[in-house]
Amino acid sequence: METKNIMIVGVGGQGSLLASKILGHLLLSQGYDVKVSEVHGMSQRGGSVVTYVRYGDKVYSPVIDKGEADFIVSFEILEAARWLEFLKKDGQIVTNTQQIDPMPVITGAAEYPADLAKKIKDAGAKIDAIDCLSVAKEAGSAKAVNIVLLGRLSHYFDIPEEAWMASLEANVPAKFLEMNKKAFELGKHSA
Amino acid sequence: MENTGKQLMLGNKAIARGLYEAGVCFISSYPGTPSTEVTEEAAKYDEIYCEWAPNEKVAMEAAFGASLAGRRSFCAQKHVGLNVAADPLYTMSYTGVNAGMVVLVADDPGMHSSQNEQDSRYHAIASKVPMIEPADSEEALEYTKLAFDISEKFDTPVLIKMCTRVAHSQSVVEPGERKVPEFDYEKNIAKYVMMPGNAKKRHPFVEERTEKLREYAETSDINKVFLGGTKIGIITSSTSYQYVREVFGDSVSVLKLGMVNPLPVRLIKDFAAKVEELYVVEELDPIIENHVKSLGLEVQGKEMLPICDEFSQNLIAKAFGKEVTEGYKVEDAIPGRPPVMCAGCPHRGLFFTLKQNKCTVLGDIGCYTLGAVPPLSTIEMTLCMGASISALHGFNKVGGEETEKKTVAVIGDSTFMHSGMTGLANIAYNQTNSTVIILDNSITGMTGHQQNPTTGYNIKGDPAGKIDLEALVKAMGIERVRVVDPYNLEECDRVIKEELAVSEPSVIISRRPCALLKYVKHNGPLKCNREKCVGCKSCMRIGCPAISMKDGKVVIDETLCVGCGVCTQLCKFGALEG
Repeated sequence: METKNIMIVGVGGQGSLLASKILGHLLLSQGYDVKVSEVHGMSQRGGSVVTYVRYGDKVYSPVIDKGEADFIVSFEILEAARWLEFLKKDGQIVTNTQQIDPMPVITGAAEYPADLAKKIKDAGAKIDAIDCLSVAKEAGSAKAVNIVLLGRLSHYFDIPEEAWMASLEANVPAKFLEMNKKAFELGKHSA
Repeated sequence: MENTGKQLMLGNKAIARGLYEAGVCFISSYPGTPSTEVTEEAAKYDEIYCEWAPNEKVAMEAAFGASLAGRRSFCAQKHVGLNVAADPLYTMSYTGVNAGMVVLVADDPGMHSSQNEQDSRYHAIASKVPMIEPADSEEALEYTKLAFDISEKFDTPVLIKMCTRVAHSQSVVEPGERKVPEFDYEKNIAKYVMMPGNAKKRHPFVEERTEKLREYAETSDINKVFLGGTKIGIITSSTSYQYVREVFGDSVSVLKLGMVNPLPVRLIKDFAAKVEELYVVEELDPIIENHVKSLGLEVQGKEMLPICDEFSQNLIAKAFGKEVTEGYKVEDAIPGRPPVMCAGCPHRGLFFTLKQNKCTVLGDIGCYTLGAVPPLSTIEMTLCMGASISALHGFNKVGGEETEKKTVAVIGDSTFMHSGMTGLANIAYNQTNSTVIILDNSITGMTGHQQNPTTGYNIKGDPAGKIDLEALVKAMGIERVRVVDPYNLEECDRVIKEELAVSEPSVIISRRPCALLKYVKHNGPLKCNREKCVGCKSCMRIGCPAISMKDGKVVIDETLCVGCGVCTQLCKFGALEG
């Protein structure tokens, strides 16, 4: 199978590392060769962060380049727009609609663009935009935005739900498992 | 699951696994992105003694001592850390080792978290120490074990070179068993006492060893040829190899170098003879390329590929004239999202005070380097670990009273222990009326919360020795030592004014633990009372990511705010409420 590419983008501190860990574990369990490339250090401090997940028969490069992403999973709508160039033709965006002002917007040096979900759609990209923060709160924690997004992403994959659950169980602390399972289910069926 | 069977593993964790399997008994490191996780992961094995040393030089010398005593040892650092440890490295090349000793250096092409983009291969060449370079996690594990065998066989320390993309990528590995070789310590003055008479005899040994290692490089499996036609041949290593295979698959011939110092001669000449066009694809400097050229071979490299920044598959595809597709775009300008100090960061109040006092601030390496970005824009210089204090002394010697009254150095607790103390010794000894501010957040923050000699805990989180900063500074001859709480703006302002005014050296310790530390208890998030808020934006001058404006009034992000209360001290209308 040709290598498939999933980008996870967001704001440092939103939990994208856990999302990539769960995805990597899942795809390995499905018999694929997998590479996951993460960001550590300086850029984690509230900056724009990106994680690359690649899988297939044999994966070489650890990173995803412009025009290559089959999926962009975005924790924040401005970040979906920022990384749009990386989406493959006919690729799918799954995004949280939440807006987090970056420092140039806070200081007044720049403006947060309006109606980004619509503009992304108008640019020709397929976008599935969900208010994940509300869904996560419904599940029991504002921090479960990452799992809500994974739940929604699972909708596009032909991988049995048990395999997703097994990966959740392997990577989420036991005391948060039930809440995260709920977040996953709510995410999967939100639209 | 953890220890057996195929699993995804971070490159740095795979190195740690390799250290475990190689029977390493002693590890001493100083944290630095992208090398930190190697030592953190190794510390999870009870069989390995691991520690954070005050700096890389101390770490490497400690590891050397452990090798001398007869157990396999290791230290890890980022590229600039190897500059600090270059002194022991270059002479360890002469002494060689007793038990195997391996030194990991992690480069950062693209400068994701670094102050320069230096190429560590020069250290291997200059110190005449062999260097091997894994291209994924599986190789990281295997090469780590191999490095110890090479170290003992050739009587040399061995460098493992990582880069961000190998260190921080997960790929599939299959862990194995641990075996611990043991060696006896034997007194050997001619080998281990590097005074001129002895060192003079060791230098020819180093030269002979390099030739033996080169012969090893000619024939060892660590350098691999993949034949894929006779037209194009590419010599490459590390992550560049992955990009080449991503672009070309099996359609070109590839010589993948796992050992980048010393470089083979016959192997390269034979490979070149098999192809019509020869290329070198390597990140940063043209080291392999210059070697190939020195063999009289025609080769292309940096004519078509950049020296600056990291590579990617598209970059290589374009360089070879292949078309790449690009994705979608929105018309709007997308505002940047640079890293910022976290909500509740204790550094914020201190930097705000320095800005209010129009201080010239010489900075150092750590989270607080973010004091240079808007809206605080306060730090005016950052060079390397410890330079804030040493440079302040020089700045004030030249500037005299005029700069002494408004210039400060800021340096973190860990960076102060690393190499700030010697700069302060210079101030105490050669006397400038300098004001040094130690930003003591009780942890090494930037690299992800490592303990250090001032925190009272070791790498495993167990109680350890604790250096008292006030007592240390006083013992060095600085009489004026003040401690402030950076959440208290009035106190910071008063003490900074007082210490800048006095005509003697002084140290201010700005003490408050990092807001992200788990043991730190926070007040609940603040709320903006929209009745009282007049939208003056006074609170926004501190650049807190939890504060933004909606419809002319302040909004506090409840998921970020920790209720530190710095903003409330700026609001004249009492609008920010706990």
